[in-house]
Amino acid sequence: MAVESQIAERLSPLTETAEQGAVVELTALEKRLLDEFQHDFPLSPAPFAEMARRLGTSEERVLYFLETLQERGLVSRVGPVFKPRRIGSSTLAAMSVSAAQMDKVAAYVNGYDEVNHNYERDNRLNLWFVVTAPDQERLEQVLTEIEAYSGVPVIRLPLVKAFHIDLGFPLWC
Amino acid sequence: MVLTEKDYRLIASIQDGLPLVSHPYAEIGRWLGMGENEVICRIAEMQKRGIIKRMGVVVRHRELGYTANAMVVWDVPDEKVDEAGSFLAAQRCITLCYQRRRSPPEWPYNLFCMIHGLSRRTVLASIGQMLAAPELDDIPYQVLFSSRRFKQRGGHYR
Repeated sequence: MAVESQIAERLSPLTETAEQGAVVELTALEKRLLDEFQHDFPLSPAPFAEMARRLGTSEERVLYFLETLQERGLVSRVGPVFKPRRIGSSTLAAMSVSAAQMDKVAAYVNGYDEVNHNYERDNRLNLWFVVTAPDQERLEQVLTEIEAYSGVPVIRLPLVKAFHIDLGFPLWC
Repeated sequence: MVLTEKDYRLIASIQDGLPLVSHPYAEIGRWLGMGENEVICRIAEMQKRGIIKRMGVVVRHRELGYTANAMVVWDVPDEKVDEAGSFLAAQRCITLCYQRRRSPPEWPYNLFCMIHGLSRRTVLASIGQMLAAPELDDIPYQVLFSSRRFKQRGGHYR
């Protein structure tokens, strides 16, 4: 693709993240590739050509831009997102950890393979993580060990009902 | 749906992404010794059965600048939780919405949603719009921004 047309297209910053000091520059075509194809990817033999038709561009350009978006680390992949298998037991868990203990406790929690999300949040309950185990017994064992290590109770907040349907990550929010 | 050995091989070959070539399903079929049509049909079936939630472009939202995220929790009367949950789940900027078991007295909240945004300011603006809705009128809530991410591991199909 001609360099001039790339420059001409590289118009608007996606974001105004002055606080973070990072601005991601995207062309209009890149924005549409990111936003409009997060679900219902074509299951036809030439899916990128079909995307190109919808975008009013060529298959070569669709493939080129998807490759560069991947190289820039803005797209992790084009493909399926699997539903986590709901075998076993899981829960969201929360703790109130002192500032002095936070790094140590967070690192201990991270050490469990059963933990897949772990965040510090600004609340009295300030450490939030999700534990997923093969069965309830192992789930309780992990939570009890974390309580024993930290000396702090773990609040258990298991799922009752999921409302959200995953259509991808909402951009321009 | 009972997954066959072939399905598992197919899952293994696509979970890190389709090849970015003109005919990706035919290419995958060549790797696995399947026809293009069989690849397409097996993927369609996994989508129908909910094993694949969605298929398409998977973005890296942090790299795109979406670094602010808040968990918003609501204490909704049990008889109104379906209404409130459906309302929240339909909001564009919400990425997750779950009803969870309350844990009183420390945590009376039963509805949890996640909102991502470019900044705390934009996240708060999204929340402000939701607060105006009748479904959430007078519902006690709290906003918990994340200050540090210690771990976030994406799901590989295991």
